[in-house]
Amino acid sequence: MSVSHAPPDTSLPPPLPPSLERVVPLGSRRSWSPRWLRRAWGPVLLLVAWQVASATGVLRPDTLGSPGAMAATARDLLADGTLPSAMLVSVRRVAVGLLVGVVAGTGLALVSGLSRLGEDLLDATVQMLRSIPWVGAIPLFIIWLGIGEAPKIALIALGVAFHLYLNVYAGIRGVDPQLVEAGDSLGLGRWGLVRHVVLPGALPGAMTGLRYALATAWLALVFGEQINADDGIGFLMNQAREFLRTDVIVVCLVVYAVLGLVADFIVRSLERLLLQWRPTFTGQ
Amino acid sequence: MATDLHGPVTPSAGTGPAAVRVSGLTRSFGDRAVIDHLELSMGQGEFVALLGRSGCGKSTLLRVLAGLDREIAGEVFVPRRRAVAFQAPRLMPWKRVWRNVLLGLPGRPDRARAEEALREVGLGHRTDAWPATLSGGEAQRASLARALVRAPDLLLLDEPFGALDALTRITAQRLVAELWQRRGCAVLLVTHDVEEALLLADRVLVMDRGMIAYERTVGLERPRDLAGPGFAALRAELLGRLGVEGAVSGARDTPETDGGPPRQPASATPEANGGLIRPTASDTPETADGPRAAPVSA
Repeated sequence: MSVSHAPPDTSLPPPLPPSLERVVPLGSRRSWSPRWLRRAWGPVLLLVAWQVASATGVLRPDTLGSPGAMAATARDLLADGTLPSAMLVSVRRVAVGLLVGVVAGTGLALVSGLSRLGEDLLDATVQMLRSIPWVGAIPLFIIWLGIGEAPKIALIALGVAFHLYLNVYAGIRGVDPQLVEAGDSLGLGRWGLVRHVVLPGALPGAMTGLRYALATAWLALVFGEQINADDGIGFLMNQAREFLRTDVIVVCLVVYAVLGLVADFIVRSLERLLLQWRPTFTGQ
Repeated sequence: MATDLHGPVTPSAGTGPAAVRVSGLTRSFGDRAVIDHLELSMGQGEFVALLGRSGCGKSTLLRVLAGLDREIAGEVFVPRRRAVAFQAPRLMPWKRVWRNVLLGLPGRPDRARAEEALREVGLGHRTDAWPATLSGGEAQRASLARALVRAPDLLLLDEPFGALDALTRITAQRLVAELWQRRGCAVLLVTHDVEEALLLADRVLVMDRGMIAYERTVGLERPRDLAGPGFAALRAELLGRLGVEGAVSGARDTPETDGGPPRQPASATPEANGGLIRPTASDTPETADGPRAAPVSA
């Protein structure tokens, strides 16, 4: 490939100097407001709109009460102890279900991710079970496990386990073979490779799985508690439905949302701690 | 680009007990033999450069010597303590630099050992860094420290400077030369850069069609210089052996040191390359153009 250079054509008038543009330093553009303030904008606006709609009568109280009424209901529920005890029950269900599901899902993923024999024995079965909609298994769980805590925890564990399985498995299989080879050349044994190369490499996938799993866990909790529960947030909601208390229902939904946010925050912190080696794109 | 290497004179090649002994080595992928009855021996403390076009099997040979590729036939003897530095640094991104250096060492080595090795490659200030925050040259030096901390008797370098920019490469080449002279381990450097091979090695091997097709002892005095006497002639000779046209004339009447069949430049036997891409001048830009590539008459 050759590049031929034409001599400059001197007969044309000299080109105009290009107009210059200042490159704005990033720092000067960012400092006008702290991030948390900007993040609070959306929710605050939503609340204001809701309050305005309620006050002007667009939103009738028996459809949805005003934010102020909601706050009053929440205060009452907190004061008489119904909400805290219901939350405790629900959180415990999620925690136990999550624990069982995470252990089972990760364990299965390790077996089928690390050994070809394990993959042949397990993977097809898990993939088959995964395609069953787990909500549909609720009647079966009630028949098998009764109506106590067991079917609710089993439901949560089931939903959680598949997310963990898929993501940990994909994480293990996605580990850079060049790094595995490097570890091999450094004299790491099979267990050393798993511990120093494969598992840390699968961690990002595992964390993604954990976040999916959390979302599923709350979903499974809602399903589980809607059916013959005698305590927990779901029970509170069912009870409120009988008495047409939309305010209690909304408070319970808000509690679900807040608990979900808290759980997500925990996982994010965990990610920041465990994946600090990974440079990430943080947006502009 | 003058790279001069300081230090004592080369330990003489091939003397003393062998560091590597390979005979009848064959490695096939399917029915294509990438390494075909290869013979090779290296003396202790000898610096050998392995040149060859891409796809000639040189990296496969290095992987065999490293013990990473064992689907082989033939006899291969290598020291128990050997270390590899790959073209990509291959540091575990989830371990800090010093933990990377100590990875795989037996027992519970303490951090001071890693720090010492990192200081030796001029990286003492980055021991606590995450690999993802290192520059290309720093990562490659960390990889070198990881190889050296094992005190290898055989150091295998697989185009370790290939991904570095020209300035960093010069520094890294100097570093390798210094480390080799200090440590006295045998080094096998796989490269496609003729000048790099001539600057560093006691002996240059040219690999082709799965065999050592040509062998040349580099008698140049150290420190070596690209502009030094005899350098240009050697480079022209090796380029000719690698089949780069236009550089052949200088090598024409140089005697071959091995008993292999007389070889024409690759252009004469295109089908003998096993369908590999023939090198063109653009494959080796650092040597194939510019005034230095002009044929040197002996």
